[in-house]
Amino acid sequence: MSASSSPYSPSITDGFIAVVKQDCPTCEFVAPVLADMAKSDRPLVVYTQDDPSFPAGLDPIDDTDLGFSWHNDIETVPTLLQLEGGVETDRTVGWDVEQWRQLTGIPDLGDGLPPFRPGCGSLSVDPSVAPDLEIRFGDSVLTSPRIELATLEDEMEVAFDRGWTDGLPVVPPTEKRVMAMLAGTTRAPDDVVAVIPPELNEVTVEQVAVNAVLAGCRPEYLPVVLAAVEATCNDDFNMHGLLATTYFSGPILIVNGPIAQRIGMNARGNVLGQGNRANSTIGRALQLVVRNLGGGRPNGADGRPGVDMALMGSPSKVGLCFPEREEDSPFAPLATDRGFAPATNTVTAVAGHGPSAIVDQLSRTPESLIGSLAAVLRSEGHPKLAMGFGATLVVGPEHGRIFREAGWDRARVHAEIEQRLLLDTDPILRGVDGIDEGLPPALAGNQVPKFRPGGFLIVHAGGDAGLFSAVLGGWVGGPTGSIPVTTEITDIPQ
Amino acid sequence: MTILLDPTAGRQKLSIEPVPRPASLAGLTVGLLDISKPRGDVFLNRLAERLTAAGATVATYKKPTFTKPAPVDLRQQIATECDAVIEALAD
Repeated sequence: MSASSSPYSPSITDGFIAVVKQDCPTCEFVAPVLADMAKSDRPLVVYTQDDPSFPAGLDPIDDTDLGFSWHNDIETVPTLLQLEGGVETDRTVGWDVEQWRQLTGIPDLGDGLPPFRPGCGSLSVDPSVAPDLEIRFGDSVLTSPRIELATLEDEMEVAFDRGWTDGLPVVPPTEKRVMAMLAGTTRAPDDVVAVIPPELNEVTVEQVAVNAVLAGCRPEYLPVVLAAVEATCNDDFNMHGLLATTYFSGPILIVNGPIAQRIGMNARGNVLGQGNRANSTIGRALQLVVRNLGGGRPNGADGRPGVDMALMGSPSKVGLCFPEREEDSPFAPLATDRGFAPATNTVTAVAGHGPSAIVDQLSRTPESLIGSLAAVLRSEGHPKLAMGFGATLVVGPEHGRIFREAGWDRARVHAEIEQRLLLDTDPILRGVDGIDEGLPPALAGNQVPKFRPGGFLIVHAGGDAGLFSAVLGGWVGGPTGSIPVTTEITDIPQ
Repeated sequence: MTILLDPTAGRQKLSIEPVPRPASLAGLTVGLLDISKPRGDVFLNRLAERLTAAGATVATYKKPTFTKPAPVDLRQQIATECDAVIEALAD
């Protein structure tokens, strides 16, 4: 403690300061002791946290804004501080008769009272007010521009008016909420995360955290959001092109590793649908980062111009994030098959949209089932086009069981589907079957794969019942479009 | 009073003034950028004919892929070599 002249500096330079609150039996208990101390020749000042008239007769200083308590790290009441030359030289908390006598030098202080009473919690460390005090009195680490709302402004409407939202309400990003969000990562708030298209703005952990608040995330989701931003905003994934395209796709995020359960994600029923906060808000946070920090808005959707030229878009562009159902999967976790150690927390970003359904309720052998899956995948985009758009196959658990019981892992399923989707070009050339669309005539007499290598992923997710799987249609694959990227989720507080 | 943190981080837009519109194309080099979409060349070749007839020299460039922004070096090359660029977007 220093003797500088802040409004929360001690009002004396030598003597004692007691910090109390009326709503504390120990403080009431020591009130007569303080009265005795006030009669001695060393000055005593009492600060009171709740009732400015307590303790009566001691002319207490009003600390109901808790400024003195916060600045002087008061954690317990009563706290007795000793000042010498404007500097705190000792303190004691609660009531311990020996310590009080030693500190005050009054040998018979508290005579006849019980020797010990524990103190109570200081209001300044009450969890319901401490974050506000940190914002009010602390040196804020937050550098985002502040927007002060007028009394009559509705904070939800402000978010819409300023174009911060995707059309749904957002959580207003107050300093308190952003500070709480930042506790979700061990990364420094000013750490640069990525360069966000289309404006190619460098963004920091703090700026991503503000948008994670906006999206409705809890702090423990933040490491996943940060990894998602890193996985998508790079040249391989090509978030810029994915945003700008007339096609339907957006970034799809697939989470692997124990973090999915730890933060309460849903890999089961409605995995691609509604009802789970983490699933719903993590993907949304990424989209809001691109919207608000990259300047990537859907053209005309809210009457404002934008570079997202999607012809129709898809509901999944609000945000699509889900964990793989790892526990009874026929496959190793997706991230493991993509080269990460087992149980690594990762986000895999893939360009896509959807889902569309694959129905097969009769197959009981992997050979039959794989034929069904391949037949539907063959028509993705157009049955006469190949090597263009990618796809992600989401194998439902009842289909997955057939593969698991047959011992077919992801590589096997992949290979079997690829083999069935090695297409003869002649039946799908332009003009064949009276359909102008198709492969160019130069490819006549060849075979081509339906999906460009690396543009077809397989994951396992969904509820317990339903003999279905799903296709998440993809965008242009490969180096001229979007390459799936897996990024480790790091900096998770222990 | 409610204070919110700006989720756009007060994004500063970089604003670059285009060069003044030339009165005539005669003697100027005009750049055409093929973004690598199918049949873009048909359209651009016709434009080149018209521009040449108007006395301009036409320089043509091509992006590696339509899905990504033009590489910085290519943009710099166009800026260095051309007096005017026809900027338009079609699909």
